[in-house]
Amino acid sequence: MKDVYVDCVVLGAGPGGLASAIKVKELGIDRVVLIESDERLGGILPQCIHPGFGIHYFKEDLTGPEFAHRLIKKLFDLQVKTYLNSLALKIIPAKYDEKIAIIASADEGIIRFHTKTIIYATGARERHRHELGIIGSRPAGVYTAGQAQAFMDLYGIMPGKDIVIVGSGDVGLIMARRFALQGANVKAVIEIMPYPGGLTRNIQQCLIDFGIPLYLKHKVVKINGRKRVESVVIVEVDENLSEIPGTEKILKCDTVVIAAGLIPNIDLLKDAGALLDPSTKSVIVNDFLESSIPGVFVIGNALVINDLVDYVVEQGQHAAKSAVTFITEGGLKGYPWKRVIKGNNIRLMVPQLISGEQDVIFYGRVAKPENNVRVVFEEINKGFFYLHVRPPEMLRIKVNRDAFEPLINKDENKITISIKKVKRG
Amino acid sequence: MDNLIIESVLELSSTYNVAIIGAGIVGASIARVLSQYENLNISLIEKEADVGWGVSKANTALIHGGYDDDPQKYPLRAKFCAKGNELWRKWVEELDIPNKWEGALIIATEERDIHELKDLLRRGKINGVPGMRLIYEKSELERLEPNITDDVIAALYVPTVGQMAPYEAVIALVENAVANGVKLHLLTKVIGVIQENGTIKGVKTNKGNIKTDIVINATGLYADEISAMVGVSNFKITPRRGEYYIFRREAGPKVKKVLFPAPKPHTKGVVVNTTVEDRLLIGPNAQDLPIDMKEATETTFEGLNFVWENAKKLVKKLPPKNLIIRTFSGLRPEPTGGDFIIAKYDNINYFINVAGMRSPGLTAAPSVAYYVVELLKQYGIPLKKKKKWNPIRKGIKKFYTASFQEREQLIKANPLYGKIVCKCDLVTEAEIIEAIRRGATTIDGIKFRTGAFMGECQGNFCLVKIARILARELNIPIWKVTFKGPGTEIGVGDATQYILKKEGHEK
Repeated sequence: MKDVYVDCVVLGAGPGGLASAIKVKELGIDRVVLIESDERLGGILPQCIHPGFGIHYFKEDLTGPEFAHRLIKKLFDLQVKTYLNSLALKIIPAKYDEKIAIIASADEGIIRFHTKTIIYATGARERHRHELGIIGSRPAGVYTAGQAQAFMDLYGIMPGKDIVIVGSGDVGLIMARRFALQGANVKAVIEIMPYPGGLTRNIQQCLIDFGIPLYLKHKVVKINGRKRVESVVIVEVDENLSEIPGTEKILKCDTVVIAAGLIPNIDLLKDAGALLDPSTKSVIVNDFLESSIPGVFVIGNALVINDLVDYVVEQGQHAAKSAVTFITEGGLKGYPWKRVIKGNNIRLMVPQLISGEQDVIFYGRVAKPENNVRVVFEEINKGFFYLHVRPPEMLRIKVNRDAFEPLINKDENKITISIKKVKRG
Repeated sequence: MDNLIIESVLELSSTYNVAIIGAGIVGASIARVLSQYENLNISLIEKEADVGWGVSKANTALIHGGYDDDPQKYPLRAKFCAKGNELWRKWVEELDIPNKWEGALIIATEERDIHELKDLLRRGKINGVPGMRLIYEKSELERLEPNITDDVIAALYVPTVGQMAPYEAVIALVENAVANGVKLHLLTKVIGVIQENGTIKGVKTNKGNIKTDIVINATGLYADEISAMVGVSNFKITPRRGEYYIFRREAGPKVKKVLFPAPKPHTKGVVVNTTVEDRLLIGPNAQDLPIDMKEATETTFEGLNFVWENAKKLVKKLPPKNLIIRTFSGLRPEPTGGDFIIAKYDNINYFINVAGMRSPGLTAAPSVAYYVVELLKQYGIPLKKKKKWNPIRKGIKKFYTASFQEREQLIKANPLYGKIVCKCDLVTEAEIIEAIRRGATTIDGIKFRTGAFMGECQGNFCLVKIARILARELNIPIWKVTFKGPGTEIGVGDATQYILKKEGHEK
């Protein structure tokens, strides 16, 4: 086993990891390494051939591969040391300013990186049929959206002809359109909630424009078929999401695509003892995006499932700045952290702790849709008007450092974020 | 005079062709045992694309003690189970099959259960099961099994109960049999038995005829159909479905012992155990299906709910349902009469049924295989042992269970050991290529040989990677890679070709 001493290890070379590694290097830290388990860079972006990437970050509408390419080019220009085919197996928080990341690398064997900081950018995985409780047979033709996308757009495989999509989030909608464009017959998109899970523009552009039916308040309960999928059983649900007996319908199809959410990949952080937040299914971070393990920063879908790659890159750059501070100053200051409290209709909110001494970008989601509301930061008496808030649309709210002054002055140890109805008139 | 001499030489060196139909745990065990004999030329015939994909792959994966088969009612089950348990201890070592021997507790929660346990203890003694004892002391039970239900009033402890991965056992047996000269025919379905005047001449298959002198029918759910081909139709095999939940490795509390409820009439009940892969497994129920549903391995609400409710009764706590990796079901071959059917017949020479191998079929398989040798001897077949027979088979070296030092060496020797394909269970490309070298041609073949795809993400990322490796190694278009053989391709065609056809540019 080889021991290598560095300042920063970035785990995962998707958009978040790439942006982090670039920024750390740009800020003058040479001893930064980027670790990627796949044989190529870019994470999931290369298979996302639709546009809609980079509107915020590059101020241009790019496809996934284009977005990835720009970051990768920058990475190469900066000559960041990169390990492909290399997977992190274990993170050991050895000392305050020394973490050990054990990596299996096809080219170099087992490497023990001794590092001051880690930026954890390992993305998320997709929920699968068994996690949705879909019973029945286990034939060919059941794929997650990501698998189907990789099949079609990386390897030229046509996964099926008659498609039922489970979940109307943006991923499900984009896959519906993708299948339609490739000549498949998209039978239906099935959504358990009473409202669609994706952006309004995607409902129009991916379903309505292609005449694809959307079944709200429905779920797929069963898959039939011996060798290949032959049909699915769908059922209507009531307002408690319970199945309504007698509403079962059979939809004939040969392919079921599961697009029902993502789960952050945080196994190594869990094993290393990082504190968890059940609402994000990830770890708790402060406004430096640092986990409860000092010097271990978490970003992107590993931290919170993001709507836009731009947000992921933003988090990567922010964590990079925090990591550089950690490296150059021998750690971050011991702030009296203020807890972020999820108030009315807030389902999740990141970061979970703030210092009050820097600008903070909050990323959150509401539990249920509402119109004409203010997102209120109670203890600092600040609010932001929203025409509507919906669970599928991530709230991204930037609060300047100045606004936190009341917290510091009053020695407040929490900040509560709530959705409040705006009174008419 | 010359002719006579030649004939006697033939007699001495005469080789018998044996066709074993069905490469499940029973057929594979028989193949291994028969491969010790020099004068048997063995074909192992399997209709699926790989071995062990019928009854053998989906069950509770237990090596039973042998205490619950009533020797009066089910003499063959009683005779072969405890002996099989003993043989497996040797076989798992020789064949490098992951195993553990933690023992079982059969749990009584009410007075009348205790009578059942006493019955089991009595039967176990008759069947030769060592070390059993009835425990009433709660503190001792808690020590043996910290997660045992608070409602326990007594339990029968059976220290000899073991566990293994049954699919891996079949693979190991077949690899060993093949290494010792057995010829394996996959995707070969027997459609008839060729006989002349009550003597076997061969079997007819979808891939042509295979000449044979002896037929051994080990076809699990289909044993009645194969048997009927030679006119032996005095039994039926009906499918009895059992459903299961399997949890993530991190899901707990796990159990140390295998936990059974006090028995009910036609099943050993819902079992709670921790598999050799260190995952909590609960199941099965027992649902008798019509005889024409021999492929009905779907899961059902009713079945799964039954399993959940009954598993709950054995432990203090089950993990939350969101830690379930998957649900699955398996079919057990339930024979007329309930006992194994291991027999030869007067009306047809050299045809042996090894049928109705329901529970404890997995446990009994080795002892049944040796019994088949006895049946062959009863036919007067002179069996000669090979001078060189190799009992040893090594499993694929797993990165997951290797130490960091070993991992370093593995990667140095073969860099593909550093290329991790399945992140849940750290299965490397080296292991996948080795699985293909050993005969895997499908995603499931890889899964059962390496453990890839079995983890919490259920192949989220590794499906595509494994498909690419299979396509490359088998030199086939990637969409033609299958999950479980023909008809289960991952795609329906090449994506570009597909759209061209659809738009009418190409025929």
